[in-house]
Amino acid sequence: MDTHTSTSPDRLIYMANQIGDFFNSQGHDHAVAGIAEHIKKFWDPRMRKKIFEHLDAGGAGLKPNVLEAIASLKK
Amino acid sequence: MSLVHEIDFGTPRSKSEKMVTLTIDGQSVSVPEGTSIMRAAMEMGTQIPKLCATDMVDAFGSCRLCLVEIEGRAGTPASCTTPAMDGLVVHTQNARLAALRKGVMELYISDHPLDCLTCAANGDCELQDMAGAVGLRDVRYGYDGENHVFAKSGPKHNHNSPEACENDHWMAKDESNPYFTYDPSKCIVCSRCVRACEEVQGTFALTISGRGFESRVSPGMSESFLDSECVSCGACVQACPTATLTEKAVIEIGQPEHSAVTTCAYCGVGCTFKAEMRGEELVRMVPYKDGKANRGHSCVKGRFAWGYANHKERILNPMIREKITDPWQEVSWDEAFNFAAKKFKGIQAKHGRDSIGGITSSRCTNEEVFVVQKLIRAGFGNNNVDTCARVCHSPTGYGLSSTFGTSAGTQDFDSVEDTDVVMIIGANPTDGHPVFASRLKKRLRAGAKLIVVDPRQTDIVRSAHIEAQHHLPLMPGTNVAVLTALAHVIVTEGLADETFIRERCDWSEFEDWAAFVAQPNHSPEATAIMTGVDPKELRAAARLFATGGNGAIYYGLGVTEHSQGSTTVIAIANLAMATGNIGRPGVGVNPLRGQNNVQGSCDMGSFPHELPGYRHISGDAVREQFEAMWNVKLNSEPGLRIPNMFDAATEGTFMGLYVQGEDILQSDPNTKHVVAALSAMECVIVHDLFLNETANYAHVFFPGSTFLEKNGTFTNAERRIQRVRKVMSPKNGLEDWEVTLGFAKALGYEMSYNHPSEIMDEIAALTPTFAGVSYAKLEEVGSVQWPCNEKQPLGTPIMHMDGFVRGKGKFMLTEYIATDERTGPRFPLLLTTGRILSQYNVGAQTRRTENVVWHEEDRLELHPHDAELRGIRDGDWVRLQSRAGETTLRALLTERMAPGVVYTTFHHPTTQANVITTEFSDWATNCPEYKVTAVQISPSNGPSEWQKEYDEQARQSRRIAMPVVEAAE
Repeated sequence: MDTHTSTSPDRLIYMANQIGDFFNSQGHDHAVAGIAEHIKKFWDPRMRKKIFEHLDAGGAGLKPNVLEAIASLKK
Repeated sequence: MSLVHEIDFGTPRSKSEKMVTLTIDGQSVSVPEGTSIMRAAMEMGTQIPKLCATDMVDAFGSCRLCLVEIEGRAGTPASCTTPAMDGLVVHTQNARLAALRKGVMELYISDHPLDCLTCAANGDCELQDMAGAVGLRDVRYGYDGENHVFAKSGPKHNHNSPEACENDHWMAKDESNPYFTYDPSKCIVCSRCVRACEEVQGTFALTISGRGFESRVSPGMSESFLDSECVSCGACVQACPTATLTEKAVIEIGQPEHSAVTTCAYCGVGCTFKAEMRGEELVRMVPYKDGKANRGHSCVKGRFAWGYANHKERILNPMIREKITDPWQEVSWDEAFNFAAKKFKGIQAKHGRDSIGGITSSRCTNEEVFVVQKLIRAGFGNNNVDTCARVCHSPTGYGLSSTFGTSAGTQDFDSVEDTDVVMIIGANPTDGHPVFASRLKKRLRAGAKLIVVDPRQTDIVRSAHIEAQHHLPLMPGTNVAVLTALAHVIVTEGLADETFIRERCDWSEFEDWAAFVAQPNHSPEATAIMTGVDPKELRAAARLFATGGNGAIYYGLGVTEHSQGSTTVIAIANLAMATGNIGRPGVGVNPLRGQNNVQGSCDMGSFPHELPGYRHISGDAVREQFEAMWNVKLNSEPGLRIPNMFDAATEGTFMGLYVQGEDILQSDPNTKHVVAALSAMECVIVHDLFLNETANYAHVFFPGSTFLEKNGTFTNAERRIQRVRKVMSPKNGLEDWEVTLGFAKALGYEMSYNHPSEIMDEIAALTPTFAGVSYAKLEEVGSVQWPCNEKQPLGTPIMHMDGFVRGKGKFMLTEYIATDERTGPRFPLLLTTGRILSQYNVGAQTRRTENVVWHEEDRLELHPHDAELRGIRDGDWVRLQSRAGETTLRALLTERMAPGVVYTTFHHPTTQANVITTEFSDWATNCPEYKVTAVQISPSNGPSEWQKEYDEQARQSRRIAMPVVEAAE
């Protein structure tokens, strides 16, 4: 993907996966909770809305823990 | 008002806790052991005549003016070099001493010009004072003999001059430095300047050349000041007791008549200065000895580079325009406020409440930042507020609050005096934080050990009387791998401080972490292939840090400005906890902050998710306090961060931005994307001193006030809150907080404060860590470090003394993940960016001062090997290309760079260094990855097409319409 033009939602997918990469070493349960909390704490609602829409469209490109975290956040 | 006079005690303060008691002139006086007789006398109010002594440097004993008699001792010892001891009986004045002093003084004056009336030091000359003090009435030696006073030939210098004569001893004035002159004819060779350069600044640029009558102060090898190693810190000028070294501003204007103590508006060190004035004209800035960050020292920026305040390009009238292609129209403040308010209200009506936002300035005061974020949260009704810390130290906030529980460094700068091993990671303090660097170098010369982790061989690695024990020149982007490898060595070799960890940290988290770092893939040998660091050196560095006594880590933007910036900060915190280096003097984790008030702007709630005091906006209890005080309902959702604002702008959901004191177009990465975002917005308000780069895309310009023109406080890297005092009226008419209030009022959100002290009272009422801060307290004690509250009424110099703020220290796993910005066949080199001593940030201030003599353009530093491969010679124009864009600048060949890594600064807008940098950013905070960009370089003929287009756009955009003269009826 081209990260230099930052077209949404690619940029958000990239950012979410980056967050996932930090938390993944903590094991599945901690990682999913950590990713969800981070996105909830730091992402503006329009960013969260966009990533939820992407999730609803299948969530292509989101790594497994990240996908799970976003799904848990959407509930 | 009058001049703030500081007592010169003659010799430095002794730190001994043992007291000794002696008798001076019949009075008993007790002083710490190691105090000189001179200082002991001054403590009781008796000034022994002196010339070569001053309390910023050690005693030297050369001028022989401070002689005293001690009962039971032979001769007349110098009081500056003789320590006070129990039971001494000292006489500072009698006929014998008076005669000796008169004789010494007569000799000094016999080789000194007597143009006192027209001398620049008139009114501030210690030589003249001492001639008066010793009662010198006659000089028996004429100028017929050898002297340093008169020129070889030519006109007579003054009425005392004999016939002009050949004189090989005479030397012309050196006026090469833009800020001060060196007049050898007035030099008394007290060597205070030489010692200040060594002991205070640590540059060793000055020496005394020659012997006896040939003795001269010599910059470098008898070079001019400008050509020598001199860094123009001003310590020598301050130390000089005569007119030999004098500020050019004093020569031009005359001696100041009143002064105010204030805080420098450059870097995060936060030096305290006396602004010395004549009326409303600033004569000079003199570092203040009671300043707890700088202890009487300064650098070229704070001391001298304030001329921008009067620069002809400074904008003093509000301006508006409908389109950015229109010329600016100068208007009244009210017209500007109403125009801006109408635009912003229109945008919210059309695009929704969340479609506008603002950026607070890390150069403005705490009070100004507070009112901007208040305007956004309470007036705009959203949390779209961010600050330039986003692009520098946001990972520090995230990393340190996660591990320790506070978003700030742990120590005061004095702490370095108790440090045994210093580790510097990704910071270049001699350029970026020069006054702290001088204090650090002093400690290193006294024997502390040094480890430097940096891709470049920065000056601190090897300079006069300093050499790092270990320099780990890592590949940019591999900080986490190196820090985890250091931890690997400490854990696997059993060097961790188990007692500290069991007592202060969560033991099971430590165990998880220890198991993680001990994995073989984290060893120095396994990671060397990525990091490029010699495993033996890395192991030795880890052992030194873990076992060498008090270990302190200082770090800068080389840590934070990476995809893994926050992870690196966490790794640093882990390392400090694992070695027990937290919670006492001499240790700690110390982020070196870039701008003067980055710490303060973060403290003041400049982040979109946090209210002042780092409390999340979603917390109902805290939010309700603010709602009650501000009488408005606040939005509980986090707002947009700066990069998210740009993205939202290009998508059409963020259309209005109020930027205070920050040039986002020049400082933020991927300029073309920033241009696209700014161009997409319907109204950009720039509030600044100059038409900066961002203003090229602005519709409203609010002229700003300088730090000399307003009251407030700055908070430095030590969490130290210090007063900024107004010494002249704002040239633009309003202090910056008043501008924000005017705009807020036009928007219908009125805030009423009569003085910034009232804003601070509100901050204190709403923020527990600031609860004890008030202007009255600052007036009384000078400065305080937060937390300052009931428990710590005088502030907290060192954090986490009795346990971490969050409770138990938290070890966190730090998996190294390579950045996606990779080198390859098209872009084989890594570009990293930084700053240099004479310039500051985007250069808006320093470029508009004489500091340009040291750095008139950004250069691309590269290793001669990389240059030769591409046929590039020193000084050639080169094209610098990355995946994001390209620019051109001139090459500087240097072996400080490792092959494969190139470096440049971003002080000049024409360089467009940020056209090259990419939008990769820290995973946690979106802090841009300025420090790693894959690039290619090739010879070039000159500026790129983009640079030419950009210059043309900027030129067009900066046009200001001539006022329309209404025709008479």
